[in-house]
Amino acid sequence: MARWQQYALFAVWLILLASTPLWASNYIVRLAITIAMFTALTLSWNFIGGFAGYPSFSTAAFFGLGCYAGALAQRAGVPMVLAWAIATLFVGAFAAALGAIILRLRGHYFAIGSIGVVEVVRLVVSSWGSLTGGGDGLNLPLLSGGPNAVARIFLLVMIVIMLAAFLATVVVDRSRLGFGLRCIQQNEDAANMVGVNTTRYKIIAYTLSALFCGTVGAAYASWTGYIDPTESFSILLSIKIPVMCLLGGPGSVLGPIIGTAAFTLLEELFWANFLDYNRAILGAVIVILIFFLPGGLLAISYRDIAARIASLSRPRKAAA
Amino acid sequence: MTTILVAEKLSRNFGGIQAIDDLSFALSEGEIVALIGPNGAGKTTLVNLLTGVVKPSSGRIRFQGEDVTAQRPFESARRGLARTFQIVQPFPKMTVLENVAAGALFGGGEPSVAEAMAVAREQLEFMELASFADRPASALTLAGRKRLELAKSMAMRPKVLMLDEVNAGLNSSEIDGALRLIRKIAERGVTILVIEHLMKVVMSLAERVLVLHHGKLIAEGSAANMVRDKNVIEAYLGEKFARRFTAETIGG
Repeated sequence: MARWQQYALFAVWLILLASTPLWASNYIVRLAITIAMFTALTLSWNFIGGFAGYPSFSTAAFFGLGCYAGALAQRAGVPMVLAWAIATLFVGAFAAALGAIILRLRGHYFAIGSIGVVEVVRLVVSSWGSLTGGGDGLNLPLLSGGPNAVARIFLLVMIVIMLAAFLATVVVDRSRLGFGLRCIQQNEDAANMVGVNTTRYKIIAYTLSALFCGTVGAAYASWTGYIDPTESFSILLSIKIPVMCLLGGPGSVLGPIIGTAAFTLLEELFWANFLDYNRAILGAVIVILIFFLPGGLLAISYRDIAARIASLSRPRKAAA
Repeated sequence: MTTILVAEKLSRNFGGIQAIDDLSFALSEGEIVALIGPNGAGKTTLVNLLTGVVKPSSGRIRFQGEDVTAQRPFESARRGLARTFQIVQPFPKMTVLENVAAGALFGGGEPSVAEAMAVAREQLEFMELASFADRPASALTLAGRKRLELAKSMAMRPKVLMLDEVNAGLNSSEIDGALRLIRKIAERGVTILVIEHLMKVVMSLAERVLVLHHGKLIAEGSAANMVRDKNVIEAYLGEKFARRFTAETIGG
């Protein structure tokens, strides 16, 4: 797919999501918020997991820290949008410092280390009761105007964050940074040998993968008006985001967007139709997709499939 | 001739094994030097030391007068100390062109991806790989991948190029092709250190030969002298080869 086609497809998708309040029910609007929010997270994960090929499960740590940083700033009287900016910078700085340590690990070890980060941060937050309210959680000032009006505001907020993550992806994809990260993904030692400062590039990718998670977390906290450690640092989030990215096609510009949309819509479909077995069905679908589509939905050659269907139908007609 | 790369009393041990033992040598600008020695002599370790992959236990390395003992591999590459690997290390899913462009962009310091691609095209032309430019690197034959390594290193604009057994596993016509390319590279003024087991290659390329055994430099001199050196015969070449070789050269 040519670059302009990818951008056009994203623009259409963005407009479709942003316009849901004009033509769809509140249920669909909430679904659109969820999709925009998850797309921003998946695009973020794509920097470290897709471009650099490091299987990070830290998303929930970044998201949760974003929730708490934003909430604490807002409770201290900082205006909402400024609180989001503070949360973004805080989470970015956290990831840069953490990355310098954890990115020495490779492969499975890195994956386990990055899961450990989620648990450690969650435990610190839930134990530090005097600051974070511990297991009781924190309340935030709610926006006035009723749930539907607020939902419309946060739809736009999440779409703006998604757009920012997308623009960052496009810039990285076309730059020296993206090239170097792809080299690292393919063969880290060889990348080092051709002159890529691998440590620095990995830290940048890890930080980029955290920044927008911080923003999304802070905005999410403002939207729901209440956060607690279990909800904010959900390990399921850390797993869902990579799965969405892998489903779409890691390391590409459009993959995270397609993967998130496909996954979220499937999830909704199974929730609505199979209340008892939805998780099991979703799990099975994930396993099947990862097994048979290792490159993600984007890697399927739809032209080949169309050609095969055409060639299958032709001899049948001849026989008849 | 000015010296470009100097190793001073380099040592490196891995646990109890002394891989490189108090080794000193110097390379002059523009020369082709061969490094020979039996398996396990420390040839690859020496290249790893010179390019910052492993750090010496003691000793110093100077490149163009600058102390580079503590450099990391990517710094070595940017400085102009490039190498190829005995076991080729391509970026398998990238195209041949992108592989070479990676060298130009990061090691060669090209300012943009587009300019790196342009330099990479020139290098592929130079290395006679242009027709494979858009194929994935994994689709190349072994000889092709070795040539890709050369092209990638050359795109880094090296001043010193270390070739770690670029001819291993190639058939004799492929070796002739590789030799021609190495000479072409040398004509551009690049200093070359070639690690080689094939004496035919050593004899036809190198102006000077370093012989390594148990991490020590046991002999150094012209290729013709090395073939007659008693220590070298004992440690590496073997009596039979030396006798045959001397007979052949006298006969021819």
